[in-house]
Amino acid sequence: MKKIALALATVAGLAATGAQAQDYPTRPITMIVPFAAGGPTDVVARIVTDHMSRTLGQQIVIENVAGAGGTTGITRGAQSQPDGYTIMMGHMGTHGAAPALYPNLRYDPTKDFAPIGLAAGTPIVIVAKKDFPANDLKGFLEYMQTNGEKVNMAHAGVGSVSHSTGIFFNSVIKAKPTMVAYRGTGPALNDLMANTVDYMTDQIVNVAPQIQGGNIKAFAIATPERSPVLPDVPTTKEAGLEGYEVSAWNAVFAPKDTPPEIVKKLNDALVKSLDDENTRKRLQELGGVIPSAAERTPEALQKLVESEVARWTPVLKAAGATAE
Amino acid sequence: MGDLLSNLSLGFGVALSLQNLFLAFLGCLVGTLIGVLPGVGPIATIAMLLPITFGFDPTGALIMLAGIYYGAQYGGSTTAILVNIPGEATSVVTALDGHEMARQGRAGVALGIAAIGSFFAGTVATIVIAALGAPLTGLALIFGPTEYFSLMVMGLVFAVVLARGSILKAVAMILVGVLLSTVGLDLETGEERMTFGLPFLSDGIDFAVLAMGIFGIAEIMRNLDHTEHREVVRQAIGRLLPNKEDFKQSYKPVLRGTFIGALLGILPGNGAVLGPFASYTLEKKIAKDPRRFGRGAIEGVAGPESANNAGAQTSFIPLLTLGIPPNAVMALMVGAMTIHGIIPGPQVMTKNPNLFWGMIASMWIGNLMLLVINLPMIGVWVRLLKVPYRMLFPAILMFCCIGIYSVNSLPTDVMFIALFGLVGYTLIKLGFEPAPMLLGFVLGKLMEENLRRALILSRGSLSTFIDHPISASLLAVAAILLIVALLPSIRRGRDEVFTE
Repeated sequence: MKKIALALATVAGLAATGAQAQDYPTRPITMIVPFAAGGPTDVVARIVTDHMSRTLGQQIVIENVAGAGGTTGITRGAQSQPDGYTIMMGHMGTHGAAPALYPNLRYDPTKDFAPIGLAAGTPIVIVAKKDFPANDLKGFLEYMQTNGEKVNMAHAGVGSVSHSTGIFFNSVIKAKPTMVAYRGTGPALNDLMANTVDYMTDQIVNVAPQIQGGNIKAFAIATPERSPVLPDVPTTKEAGLEGYEVSAWNAVFAPKDTPPEIVKKLNDALVKSLDDENTRKRLQELGGVIPSAAERTPEALQKLVESEVARWTPVLKAAGATAE
Repeated sequence: MGDLLSNLSLGFGVALSLQNLFLAFLGCLVGTLIGVLPGVGPIATIAMLLPITFGFDPTGALIMLAGIYYGAQYGGSTTAILVNIPGEATSVVTALDGHEMARQGRAGVALGIAAIGSFFAGTVATIVIAALGAPLTGLALIFGPTEYFSLMVMGLVFAVVLARGSILKAVAMILVGVLLSTVGLDLETGEERMTFGLPFLSDGIDFAVLAMGIFGIAEIMRNLDHTEHREVVRQAIGRLLPNKEDFKQSYKPVLRGTFIGALLGILPGNGAVLGPFASYTLEKKIAKDPRRFGRGAIEGVAGPESANNAGAQTSFIPLLTLGIPPNAVMALMVGAMTIHGIIPGPQVMTKNPNLFWGMIASMWIGNLMLLVINLPMIGVWVRLLKVPYRMLFPAILMFCCIGIYSVNSLPTDVMFIALFGLVGYTLIKLGFEPAPMLLGFVLGKLMEENLRRALILSRGSLSTFIDHPISASLLAVAAILLIVALLPSIRRGRDEVFTE
C-alpha cells in the first residue's frame, strides 16, 4: 500500500514537472551573475538576456551575488531548485580555474550543472606599460629573458581572470616576474598607465580603450583570429608564441537535473539572442566573440567545461595558486 | 576659454532637453528615496535601478544614473542625520554632528545646510571638471602605491583627531578597525585570514554591515534604554531652514570642505572617502571652541557634506577622461556605460562629445534638482521624527534588515548587523567611540594593500616612502598633525600629575 502511494506520488510529481516544463516559463527567471554589477560578465549577461527575455516571454532578472572569485554565486545557483527559474552566468574562472584555486569548492563544474550554452568568448590581450622597452611580443620575450627578475606583473587579485591567465602566460613563456595584486582591474590598469607596473593580461573589454588611446601597449591577442576592435594587434600565433590561446568565455548554466525541455527552451532563446543583430553588435563592440552554431549547444559547453578544468588545474596547481 | 564656453553650451543644450531634464529629476528623486533607506547606499541603488535605464538612449540613461548616484549619496546623509545610520564611509562624519543637531531639535537646519553646502560644492566641482578635468587627470596617475600608503597614514592621524574623548581610547578603536579590515582573503596570497573557516567571511566584512550595526542598531538600543533622548528629538522640531547666523558659521567650512573634497576626489582607489574626514578634522582644529564638535556643531555638518559632494563629483574625472573608475560606484558607472554601448576610455571626450559634455552639464542640473527636491522634503523628514519612537524603531530595524540584505543577498549580513549592534552598544557604554574605528576599518585595507604593493615594487626597501617626494611630504604632515594632536593631552596629563 505504501509502495503504491509512493509510486502514485512519484507519478503525480512527474506529471506536475511535465506540465511545468511545457508551460515554462510562467514567471520571471532569475539569472545569478556571480560578480558585481557593471563588470564584464555582468555586461555580457545583461546584453544576452535582454533578447532572451523577449523570446521566452518572461523577464530574466539579473541577481548579482559576488564573492570568492564568483564561486559564492555559482554555489548558490548550483544548489537552487532545478526548475529553470534559477540559471546562472558562469565563466572561465568559475567553471575552469575554480577547482584548482578553491580546494573546498562546493560544486563540481563538470557534474553539478545542466549546461545551456556558450554566450560569448572574451579574448585575452597581453598588454604592457607605455614605457616598456620593447614594442612587440618578440622583443618582450627577449627582454624577459635577460631582465626577468626586475619585471613586475599586475593582476586583479587571486582568482580573477587576469590572475589565472597571467599565471598561464608566465608558465608558457617561462617567466617569473614579481606578481603585484590589485583589487580589481581598474586600479591595476591605473598603475599600468602610470608606468608603476610592467605588464598584465586581461579581457579585451577592459583594456581596449586604453590601447586605442595610446596609454598602454598591446603585444598580442590570445585568440586564433584578430579582433575587429583591435585590428592592429597580432594574434599570439602571428607574433610567434605557440600554446597561449585563452578566452574568458561566458556561458549560461542551470543546476543539474533541470528538465531537458527547459534546457532546450533556454538554449533556443540563447541561440536566438546570439543571432539577433542588435545583441551581436553590442557584444562585438565589447570585443566579444560570438560562438558559432556548433559551439552554442549544451553538449559543446559540457565539453568546454571539461577541457577547461583539465587545462587550468595543472597550470594553477604548478604555480601554487590557491585562494583558500 | 572660448572652447570651454562652447563645450558647456553644447553640454547644456543636451542636458536641458525636456527628456534629459526629466530623467535627471527622476534619477535624483528615486535616488534620494531609495538612498534614505538605511544601508542602501549608491552602489546598491544604482545596481538595483540599472535595468530601468535600458529603454533610454545612452546619454539620457547616464544622466539618470548620475542623478541616482547624487540622490542616493544625499539620501544617505539624511538617514545619517535623522537616525544616526551612515550608509557609507562618507556619511559617518555627517552622523557625528548631524545627528546631535537632530537630537537638539535642529534636524531641519542640519538637513538644510547639508543640501545647500552640497549644492555649492557640486557647482564648484562641476566647473572644476569642465575647466580642469583633462589636466587634473595626471593627479590620478601620480598617486602610486607609495603615495597612497602615506596618504592613508595621514588619514589615520585624522581619525585620532576625530575622537571626542580620550586619545588612548581613540587609538585603540582605530587599531580595532584596522584589524577588522584584515578579515578575509589575503589579496596577494589568497590565504584566508581570521575567517574561522566561515565562507561568508572570506570576502571580509562589508562596510555597510559594520556601520549599520555599530551606529544604527547600537543607537536604537541606546535610545531604548535612555528615554529622555528620544523625547528631546521628538518634542523640539525647531526651524526647518538655516538662518543668517547658521550661514555665517557655515560658509567658510563649506568653502574649505569643497576644496579638500574636490582635490581628494580625483585620487584613484577611493581617495574621496578621506574628504569628509579631512574636512571635519580641519574644522575641529581651527575652531575657536573644538569641544562643540560632536555635540551638534553646524560646521561639522557643513564642511564634510560639501567635501563629500565635491569628491563625489570630481571622482568622475578619472572615469570621464581616462575610463578608469576610481571607486566601486564609478566601476558600476563603467558597466552602465558599456551596457549602453559606450566603452569608457580616453576617447569618450572626442568620440562622444554630446555625452561627455551633456553629462557634465547634467551634474550641475542634478545638484540643482537635489536642492529643489530636498528643501521641501526637509519638512517631511523632520516630521518623521515626531512619530513615537516605539513605532519608529521597529520600522527602522525592519528597513535596516531589508536594506542590508539587498546589498549582497546574504542572510549572514542581517545577523552580523545584530552582532555589531551589540558590540556597538557595549562600546558606547564603555565610553569608546565608533567613528575612529570605522575610519580605521576603511583606511586599514587600503593602507595594508598599498604598503605591501609599494614594498613589493621596491623589493622590500622602506626608503621608497621617503624617496618619493609626495609620499615624504604626506608622512611629514602626518607626523606634525600627530604631534599637534597629542601635545595638549600630554601637557594635560602632566598637569593632572602635578595637581595630584
